[in-house]
Amino acid sequence: MSRKTPVLELLNLRVGFPGAEIVKGINLQIHEGEKLALVGESGCGKSLTAFSILRLLPQGAAINGGQVIYDGLDLATLPAWQLRRIRGKGIALILQEPMTSLNPVLPIGLQIAENIRSHETMSRKAVNERVIELLDLVGIANPRERAKMYPHNFSGGMRQRVMIAMAIACNPRLLIADEPTTALDVTIQAQVMDLLEDLCSKLNMAMLLITHDLGAVAQWADRVAVMYSGRIAEMAPIEPFFTGPKHPYSQGLLNSSVEDDWHYSDTRLTEIKGTVASAAGEKGCAFAPRCPYAAAECRLSPPELQSVAPGWVAACARLDAIRALSEGAAHVPA
Amino acid sequence: MRGVFRNIGRTLLQAIPTMMGIILISFLLLHLMPGDAVDAIAGMSGSASVETMDAMREVYGLNDNLVVQFWNYIAGVLTLNFGYSISYSAPVLDVIMERLPATLTLMMSAFLLALVMGILVGWAMAVFAGKWPDRLLTSTSLLFYSAPNFWVGLMIIVVFSGTLRWFPSGGAETIGASLEGWAWFADRVTHLVLPSIALAAFFMAIYARLTRAAMLEVLRQDYIRTAAAKGIHPLVIQFRHGLRNALIPVTTVAGLHLGNLLGGAVVVETVFNWPGLGRLTMNALAARDNQVLLGILLLSSVAVIATNLVIDWLITLLDPRIRA
Amino acid sequence: MTDATLIKPRRRLRLPQSLKDPLFALAVIVFTLVILMAIFADLIAPTDPQDMVNMPFLWPFEDSYSPLGTDQLGRDLYSGIVHGSRSTLAVGFSAAIFGLVIGTAVGATAGYFGGWIDAALMRLTEIFQTMPTMLLIIVLLAIGDPSIPLIAISIGLAAWPMIARLARAEFKALREADFVMASKALGYPTSRIITREILPNAMPTLVVGASVLVANGILLESAVSFLNLGDPNVVSWGSLIGNGRTQIRSEWYLSALPGLATVLTVLSLNIIGDRLTDILNPRSKVRDA
Repeated sequence: MSRKTPVLELLNLRVGFPGAEIVKGINLQIHEGEKLALVGESGCGKSLTAFSILRLLPQGAAINGGQVIYDGLDLATLPAWQLRRIRGKGIALILQEPMTSLNPVLPIGLQIAENIRSHETMSRKAVNERVIELLDLVGIANPRERAKMYPHNFSGGMRQRVMIAMAIACNPRLLIADEPTTALDVTIQAQVMDLLEDLCSKLNMAMLLITHDLGAVAQWADRVAVMYSGRIAEMAPIEPFFTGPKHPYSQGLLNSSVEDDWHYSDTRLTEIKGTVASAAGEKGCAFAPRCPYAAAECRLSPPELQSVAPGWVAACARLDAIRALSEGAAHVPA
Repeated sequence: MRGVFRNIGRTLLQAIPTMMGIILISFLLLHLMPGDAVDAIAGMSGSASVETMDAMREVYGLNDNLVVQFWNYIAGVLTLNFGYSISYSAPVLDVIMERLPATLTLMMSAFLLALVMGILVGWAMAVFAGKWPDRLLTSTSLLFYSAPNFWVGLMIIVVFSGTLRWFPSGGAETIGASLEGWAWFADRVTHLVLPSIALAAFFMAIYARLTRAAMLEVLRQDYIRTAAAKGIHPLVIQFRHGLRNALIPVTTVAGLHLGNLLGGAVVVETVFNWPGLGRLTMNALAARDNQVLLGILLLSSVAVIATNLVIDWLITLLDPRIRA
Repeated sequence: MTDATLIKPRRRLRLPQSLKDPLFALAVIVFTLVILMAIFADLIAPTDPQDMVNMPFLWPFEDSYSPLGTDQLGRDLYSGIVHGSRSTLAVGFSAAIFGLVIGTAVGATAGYFGGWIDAALMRLTEIFQTMPTMLLIIVLLAIGDPSIPLIAISIGLAAWPMIARLARAEFKALREADFVMASKALGYPTSRIITREILPNAMPTLVVGASVLVANGILLESAVSFLNLGDPNVVSWGSLIGNGRTQIRSEWYLSALPGLATVLTVLSLNIIGDRLTDILNPRSKVRDA
């Protein structure tokens, strides 16, 4: 797998609502064909990060600083008309809720065709053929008839397939998937993730998977970035991360998720002592109030990311102390 | 398409009890009104003895008990027999049908004006939500929403007919001018402009406020973000994805206002001397021609129900979820 | 079920906060002034609006005795507007109260009981909504001699469906609320549940709805008296506008000024109603969190 060229690079990205910064300076690279999972509990800013890439932020939210580099352009400051040429063409987006992310009054075929038509000049017939091809590609039977149907004629899983067909319509280089399976049944979740993985390798498409589902991360991602309270806590290749996460928050996440196998929900996260601290105006490490290893130094300033191993970073001031502790004890109790 | 027809069939079926209810109410009202048809005839002819009047009551079935009378009334209405107008010496149906088209023309042109302008203004308000164009338009529509239509009519007569001399101040056509073709049409349209505006202003304000609210609601939806993520032009998003969805609640509510619109037409007509049901109503009231009054109430209700059917059909076109 | 869910969700009107909005404050002031004007009409304008007191067709500000001018018979327009507010407001309010009572009764019954009762009452509502409002009022006025009570009753009879729909929606939603369930479980009689448990919670919405009804009532009253269907012995804003109609081309102020008074009153009522709706409906306040 080539890891050389980044498709997308976030440089010290800061996003927030007036008076409340949610994403507090994120650095991230996604490489050609790579599947990067961005994990964290709700409210940590992972979705806001995803939306800020294409500047599709909710009302009131804005990018306060930093850069989003794609193809040598800074998407954070690019004029709107130029950004539109990248939306759906270079970078595509899949939303969490397939029931509401399709327009209820337009046939799905038209909604897919819209994406193609806004980026390529093709005959109407060619567009229609492409739509049918796409629907077939995402595993929708009878694509010719289905293209004329409306979202309410489809089940949740099928709608998400339609969303995927729409997203890959112009062969994007990067697909941003914001919790693409959260709203679906467990059995359907695996199918949709399989489909996404399959399409990524077929189309050599990179994917930024926003999720709180560590199960999905272990199975489908190449690399994982753990976010806590608007900052990256830890970023690591997938295998070593799951055998020995370095950041106490990652350890907590993994401990609370293994008990119940793959199903892992937001409520599970609260098993880490405490809840997400309201981070506004605090000085030290945001995780310190919940951290079993917290010391006085943790409350002074937010920790910097330090290299743990090649391609592996963690933001914790007490990494050495924790390593010593965990080597002392045989195992961290599950 | 089959769904559309099924839907219209259902609405038609639902309209039947409504219609029956309206017939019952007008029957009751007829009996609440002082005097009956025979009193009126006697009044017209000057004098009639008690015996003659009683004989006439027998002939008209006015001495039967209420149930029988109601039955006859329904039978009459169903055969389009609304009684006889004493003041016009003609069947009520003929009297009304002669004037109904003028009222419907005014009503429909005002309705379309209100709907189109209201939706456009509401859309603009939503696009500029919170900024000064929104505040300006919101205040203006609130002003229209608070003004009596007849007063708006009088004021625009002063400005556009009196001072500017752009439009005639009343009537449906230039009296005495025998125009043909385009000239005739243009003459009718210039007469229609001011009354339509007067009648539409209030409803335009309602639809603008509704469209604004619906647009703001729709623009918050996920599918708007999906559309933006496809790189579609914002104007296309606004119209194809935003307005298209916002039109559904606006059209639905517009259907509910048709009765008020027709009622408003009655008042506006008197301001502009429009030869429609409004003036007929006033004349019938003055002459205590109860049969005509109730005929107008009944037939205009039918007109409202019929227009509602058209609106229902429009909604099924707009919303595929209903068609299913 | 925890204790917290049993607490009745009474919505509080936070008036002081909304009073900070200058437009709302202005609307409240204007409407209060109009009401004071109606109450103290005899003090503010001692001249009888029906008396011919001055030269005919005086323009506003032309004569200090008749500051807003006079009509074709030399009747004082200022006095007419001040005294006219009485019948206009009286009809507007009593029609609204009448409509509120009918509408709430019908809507509450339909919403609370549901089923065929709901279907039947909603059909009744639809019937009244289908009949052109103004025509229904005119027909009702044909029943008796024009008087303020008859006009108010006619307008109330024609305008209640709006409240009925509101009340029905509120009752339908509140019927399923936990505190209502709890009252049912405690064996409270239905009448008590409706009047003591649900109605107080539905009231704020209905009162705001009634403010629209008052505005509508004022507009309909002015239409009725404009058409000369009102009590000929009582001056109202509508009759003043109607009286000015014959001279609309020359002495347009005769219609313009009483109309302006109507617009200001209705406008302030609508602004008050709008802001109260905003307070009651948190959704319009809270944007995407």
